[in-house]
Formats: sequence, C-alpha cells, structure tokens
Amino acid sequence: MQAGGAAASMAVALDDATVAFGIADNRIYTAVEKATLRVADGEFVAIVGPTGCGKSTLLNVAAGLLAPASGAVRIFGQPLGGLNAQAGYLFQADALFPWKTALDNVAIGLEIAGIARDAALARAQDWLTSVGLGAFAGRYPHMLSGGQRKRVGLAQVLIRNPKILLMDEPFGPLDAQTRQVMGNLLLDLWSRDRKAVLFVTHDLEEAIALADRVVIMSAGPGSRIIGDWKVPLPRPRDIFEVRLDKEFHALHREIWSVLKDEVMKGYAQSAGMGAAS
Amino acid sequence: MTRPVLLLCQVLVAVVVIGLWHLLTTVPVFGRILLPPFFFSNPWDVGSQIYSWFASGIIWKHLGITLLESVLAFVIGSTLGVLIGFWFARQPRLAAIFDPYVKMANALPRVVLAPIFALWLGLGIWSKVALGVTLVFFIVFFNVYQGVKEVSPTVLANGRMLGMSERQLMRHVFWPSALSWMFSSLHTAVGFAVVGAVVGEYLGSAAGLGYVIQQAEGTFDVAGVFAGMFVLSAFVIAIDILVTMVEKRLLVWKPVASEGRS
Repeated sequence: MQAGGAAASMAVALDDATVAFGIADNRIYTAVEKATLRVADGEFVAIVGPTGCGKSTLLNVAAGLLAPASGAVRIFGQPLGGLNAQAGYLFQADALFPWKTALDNVAIGLEIAGIARDAALARAQDWLTSVGLGAFAGRYPHMLSGGQRKRVGLAQVLIRNPKILLMDEPFGPLDAQTRQVMGNLLLDLWSRDRKAVLFVTHDLEEAIALADRVVIMSAGPGSRIIGDWKVPLPRPRDIFEVRLDKEFHALHREIWSVLKDEVMKGYAQSAGMGAAS
Repeated sequence: MTRPVLLLCQVLVAVVVIGLWHLLTTVPVFGRILLPPFFFSNPWDVGSQIYSWFASGIIWKHLGITLLESVLAFVIGSTLGVLIGFWFARQPRLAAIFDPYVKMANALPRVVLAPIFALWLGLGIWSKVALGVTLVFFIVFFNVYQGVKEVSPTVLANGRMLGMSERQLMRHVFWPSALSWMFSSLHTAVGFAVVGAVVGEYLGSAAGLGYVIQQAEGTFDVAGVFAGMFVLSAFVIAIDILVTMVEKRLLVWKPVASEGRS
C-alpha cells in the first residue's frame, strides 16, 4: 500500500516515527506510533483521520516543531535536526501578527531574511494581489474576515518560496463556500511551481479534491497510518466540479469504508474518556 | 443618545451640583445655613481663587513642577517596568526566585515610603519622582510580564517557521505584544504617576499642586483647598485626553471592542 520511492529523493520522509508526550502523573501519551510517510517533490499529499488522531502531530514533526521519540525524519534526504527551514507552515489557528498590516505580515518573511524593506514590500504587494487582496494591504488582521486572513497567511508563507508546504486544517474554521474558493486558490497557486504539500484535514472530500494521494490515520492514541490511496483525477481540477465526477465518488466510498470505522472508534473513545472522568 | 445631548446632560450635572453647593452655603434653610462656608467655602470664592491664581500666573509654576514630576515618574517607572518585566518573563527561574519579594514590595502601601524618599533624596522633585516610580513600575511590570508570557503559541510558532532568530522573535513578536499590554495600562500608569507626585508634594515640598493644597489646608483656607482640587482635576483630565490620543495612534491594530485588560 505504501507509495514507494527511495527515501533520499523524497521531500519529506518519516520512518517509523513515534511521538509521545509526558502527561499528568508521569504517564506517557503516545500520539503517533511508527508512522512511515513519504512525500515526493511536487506531490500533494493529504492526511485524513478522525479528531485527535495525531494528524497535526505528524505535521509538527515534519516541520521540526516536535522531535519524534524514535524513528527518523529526513527532508530531501537530510536528517532533520531543529526547525525545517525548507518548509512553510500554514496554521489552523490565526497566526498572523496582529500588530502588523496585511502588507507587513506578508513582507516580514523577506525582511527577516535580510531583503531591503522597499523590495520586500513591493513583492508582498504582488503576493497580496495574487491572493486577491491587493486592495487590503493597509488593513490589520482584525479588520479582515476569516477567509481573508487565510489568504494573507497563504501569501505570508508562499512569499518565502518554501520547497515544502505544510498545512494544518488551514481552511477548517471557514464556511463551506469559502473553503471551496480557498481550495481552488490553493490549487491555482500550487500548479505554478508544484511544491511538495502535506495537507492535514478531517474532511475526506476536501482531501480527495485537492490531493494526489490521500493517507488515512487510525484513531488515537497510538495512531498509525492505515491506508494510502492515489487519486487518479486529472489536473487541473476545479473543486466545484471534481465532486461531481464518478471516479471521485468511487474513491470516496472506498476510503470512507475504512475511515468510518476509525471515526466511530474515535468517538467511542472520547465518549469513554468523558464517562471515566 | 447623541453627542450634543450627552454633553448637555453632563454640563447639567455640574450646574446642579454647583448650584446646590451655592444655595446650601449662602441661603439659610429653616434659619440656618446647612453647609457652613468655613468648612465648605462657596463656588464664588473658589472660582475667584482659581482666577487669581491664573491671573497672577503663580499656579503655572506649581503645575509645571507637578507635570515634570509626573512625566519623570512615568518615564522612569515604565522604562524599568518594561525592561524588568521583559527580563523576568524570559527568565522563569529568575522570576521564581524574586516572586515573593516582588509581591511583598507591591503589597506595601507606597505612601509609607514617602518620608524615606524625602530623607534620602531631599525635598526637591526627586523624592516625588521616586514615589511615582514605585507606583508606576509595578503596574507596567505586571502587564509587560503577562504580555510576554501570554504571546499566542501559534503566532510564536509562525514566527519560528518564517525563519525568525531569537532576536527577531524579540523584536517582531515579544516586544509588540509586551508593548500592547503596557499601553493598555497606560491610563492607570499615568494616573498613578500624578498620584505619586501630588502625594509626595503634599507630604513635604516647596512647590507643586500638592504643596498648594497643603499650604491652603494649613491656614484653614478651604477655598484654596477646593480650588487646588479643581485645578488638579482639570490637570488630570487634560493628561487623560492626551493619553487617549496617543493610545488611539499606537493601538490602531487592536479591535475596537477590546477586552478590558487594564
């Protein structure tokens, strides 16, 4: 089931990565157990799993924000020690700097890399225009809608031209229509230079519509990767239309039959924990 | 309520209060005056006292001294508060060691320090500045400490992922966050700077608004005490308006309906 490939040429390669946290009473909570995952350069991979299954944990490992308790993480063949400098990370929660304007938020990535402020601002303006917010440069984050903030976040990450894009349910808090618009925007931007993308979501439809491969994780604790499907839909795709495709439905049904059990397990577990406490 | 109506109502309150004050101190009710002018003075005397202060220009010197003391206390106190608050927040061990002493010093009523400052620093402006500093410092210190501690972990992680070094995180994340908390306590801090100055003057000095009030009180000149209080109130309101203007400029990025954080 594992989409193969030599680990050396992979943009992201996790081998038997286990992540554990110390929690109360000196107990240890194993979030992810022996996860092996490969993302090729230029590949769009979506991770889907029930709530609390450690999808974000896996992403944080790839970002270098978390170190695995055991197992290896390699980025373009190099073992990862510390933060992943090749990666851009789009967070689920609001991560913009509230005290900077949209323009400054986008430009900051270049400024801290030592690019002159004027040049950085000019490029930031271009990026704001390409995410459709050219006229909102002077707004502060609280003056923007949730979808607009996500657009600024996308520009903020992409302006640094990272080779890998990590996305943690980036469109989770948005309403259904805005999510679809954002999905199309993301595909449009991605198709220009095809970065490696690791996209975490709980929405299977979104995953199939966007990705080249869909990876399914089991319910936690000790989540594992339990499935890996290639998405044969042709590109370029339109998120609105791809959902009407026959192949889309067949694949959705096939993956859902596996995912459903895990979702139920996840619910049962959280219900059990609620009863115990 | 529209603005003019609101303003009208506010003026009306002042008119009614001053009118009552005037009536009760001059017109006998059932054969006796309810507020004896010896203890309560009357609006006319207070007004003419204020007028004569400004007409002769005596009051400007005292206002200037109080203003200077307040500004110095505010600047020194908030600078120390920002620096030490920042330092403690980034060094949890240091903060843990000093924690009981900080709490102890903050719990102490600052007025009792006034005589000690007067002994150490003399009766000039610096003993008043020192008193103001002890008041301002703790407000700013606690706010900045909190501000640095409570930086959103997501924003912090975002800064790291965008490639910020520790120094750049300081400049672009911790510093603005700490400053925003400091500015949210600006009104309180400025108010306390004035309190420190005036109380210090009251307890021993040769100039300033506190001195004027204390002098008037010493000679049972109630009109002088009231006049001093009115001038002081106007002074504080003027400063507060100034602070509001500064705040509006500096916190332009904050939502208007910000949670009460002062």
